[in-house]
Amino acid sequence: MDANFETVEVKTDVLILGGGMAATGAAVEAAYWAKKNNQTVALVDKAAMDRSGAVAMGLSAINQYLGLDREKNTIEQYVDYVRRDLMGVTREDLVYNIARHVDGTVHLFEKWGLPIWKDADGNYVNEGRWQIMINGESYKIIVSEAAKNALGTDNLYERVFITEPLVENGKIAGAIGISTRENKVYVFRAKAVICAMGGAVHVFRPRSTGEGLGRSWYPPFNTGSSAFFTIKAGAEMTCQEVRFIPIRFKDGYGPVGAWFLLFKAKATNAFGENYFVTNGEELKKYAPYGTGKPIPACLRNHLGMLDLFAGKGPIYMHTAEAIQAIAEGETDPKMAKKKLKELESEAWEDFLDMTISQALLWAAQNIEPEKKESEIAPCEPYFIGSHSGASGAWVSGPEDLAPKDYFWGYEHMTTIKGLFAAGDASGASSHKFSSGSHAEGRIVGKAAVKYALENPDEVKIADAKVEAAKTAALAPLVTWEKHQALSSDPNINPNFIKPRDFMFRLQKIMDEYAGGVSMQFTTNKFLLDRGMELMVMLKEDSEKLAAEDLHELSRAWENIHRMWQAEAHIRTVLYREETRWPGYYYRADFTEMDEKNWKCFVNCIYDPEKKEWEMVKREILSIVD
Amino acid sequence: MPSYVITEKCDGCKGQDKTACQYICPNDLMVLDTDTMKAYNRAPDMCWECMCCVKMCPQQAMDVRGYADFVPLGASVVPLRGSEDIMWTIKFRNGVVKRFKFPIRTTAEGAAVPSGGYAEHADINSAALANEPECIGIGALPTTK
Repeated sequence: MDANFETVEVKTDVLILGGGMAATGAAVEAAYWAKKNNQTVALVDKAAMDRSGAVAMGLSAINQYLGLDREKNTIEQYVDYVRRDLMGVTREDLVYNIARHVDGTVHLFEKWGLPIWKDADGNYVNEGRWQIMINGESYKIIVSEAAKNALGTDNLYERVFITEPLVENGKIAGAIGISTRENKVYVFRAKAVICAMGGAVHVFRPRSTGEGLGRSWYPPFNTGSSAFFTIKAGAEMTCQEVRFIPIRFKDGYGPVGAWFLLFKAKATNAFGENYFVTNGEELKKYAPYGTGKPIPACLRNHLGMLDLFAGKGPIYMHTAEAIQAIAEGETDPKMAKKKLKELESEAWEDFLDMTISQALLWAAQNIEPEKKESEIAPCEPYFIGSHSGASGAWVSGPEDLAPKDYFWGYEHMTTIKGLFAAGDASGASSHKFSSGSHAEGRIVGKAAVKYALENPDEVKIADAKVEAAKTAALAPLVTWEKHQALSSDPNINPNFIKPRDFMFRLQKIMDEYAGGVSMQFTTNKFLLDRGMELMVMLKEDSEKLAAEDLHELSRAWENIHRMWQAEAHIRTVLYREETRWPGYYYRADFTEMDEKNWKCFVNCIYDPEKKEWEMVKREILSIVD
Repeated sequence: MPSYVITEKCDGCKGQDKTACQYICPNDLMVLDTDTMKAYNRAPDMCWECMCCVKMCPQQAMDVRGYADFVPLGASVVPLRGSEDIMWTIKFRNGVVKRFKFPIRTTAEGAAVPSGGYAEHADINSAALANEPECIGIGALPTTK
């Protein structure tokens, strides 16, 4: 390893990787059980925990809250809702488990200081059936504060980027990290490791490729690190084909949930047709999922995309009509004026709390929502197991809920002993959003401490293996040093590729072969096979990534992480010979949903020793009628 | 925009080990030029426009200019974040100005107690988490068995 770098060894019982909603939930819970049982916990975040992860900017709603204390809904109803939304492919035991803990998480948020909207009777204000409204500008700061108070700042490692897992004989042993600020390599050794490093953005080419490249819907700092870490550890992965494409206000990617659910706004194509009505027949093809309510997210996308692909765009959200309709409900003109003011403020807060760019875009285009409609459009594909996507690691269910085949000892533990996953890192348990991710973090926080207590022996890992991982972590810096003198341009050199160019190469493959925006989300076996050929060369060239400094070094690793998420996606889309989630992706060679052959999970496992992939079908076992 | 630094106002956080914007940026974009003692955004096209830097800058030396490839010029969105609420001033391209104020937290900064004051238990083998069932608000943790 480079002599200019210092090695920092950190030993802990439980290691939490990530600093977002799932990781902060894990921190609060693990710290409690660790203290009771003389165990230690450390957390590693690549950014500053106050503003790290998907909730960095804030949020305007909490999308999972059941209201069990007021008997508003049942857990079974939530499971049914998620199952339908994912076209029948979901781990009901995991969804049930998160749902039974999530209200507690939300009540803790309120105690910690998060302002939640209340009505005159003191009840939370619902946006939709499962969603509640918040004043969420400081959501992440508040949640992070509780995590820090639980952990103690001595156990928090910020600005450390995790490169690779350390695994021995199917057991997790720790992780390698690099500082993004100092010449330091970290070797973390732990009995239990919680992977909570978010989803993946910029795997596919985004719609904006100039300066607006960074205006992705999910944040650009979600770089596939969870998927990489679990795949590379040898964990079984699930639903790697179930990417997510949100419909959002065009270009700024501002949320549409409040408009559809709270303000009851309608969307139509440019000719004034409501595509939910005109394309409604299409839903029957996807029975029983498409014929019930609510319509699954992928099918809502599909109905809109049919119009867009037919040249009937733009699609407009009729914000002005919706606001006027609500204000007209007030008969007193003075009250109507007041109501209009309130609605205007609520509409702007919706953006300012979580997608400030959309507010700026409206102002720059002179759009006042109470006066003028606004364009909506499908974004690019994302990997986000916490939303209406489902990609992530295949994890054990809890003993009291899981069917036998879904249970192997500890809640939400992957198939690698001691390695847990939560939030975007765990799969087939969609619709967790911010609150459910935090709840799942709490679940694994407790389970990981229990695992560490019951498996007290340190997992020995050969020194040579650790040294090799440390050397690999810094390799892009070495490549730069070795070759940079050849060219007067730091980015153009036949001996290496820079992280930024590497990312564009990955995005081009994914966009054009794996059904990105430019292909109208459509692919087939031949395109996928060709995409894999190009991916193999990209993987070979990843060994020639070069980095000038620590910042570029972390960028190099982020793109390696994205690349592995991409490969798992291509392999799984190729394996599943049907189109089950139209509106997320279309197989042009298998255009129908095939309940007989493909109502199952498709999982993949990478063997790190043999460097081989295996694809497997897993049965869907229901626990709720 | 991307976020940018107003040269005249930035004081490089007066030579401390890192600037506020460097500390907070979730995407590791802000850098201090130690020759000029001015910060800058090193990769504007990787900026999410989360405005974490703008909200935290002690000199109000940071602003955002909408993404050049799709945002018409002339508008601005400026936050002023306090300890209890945030004030936003939105200026339209056509000169319309709107101002909104929203609460951001209900407790004092630093006051978040992890247990939330809910009763704790000590059974590591139960499915109930530390503050359950009290924090859920029901008598017992639901199960299917």
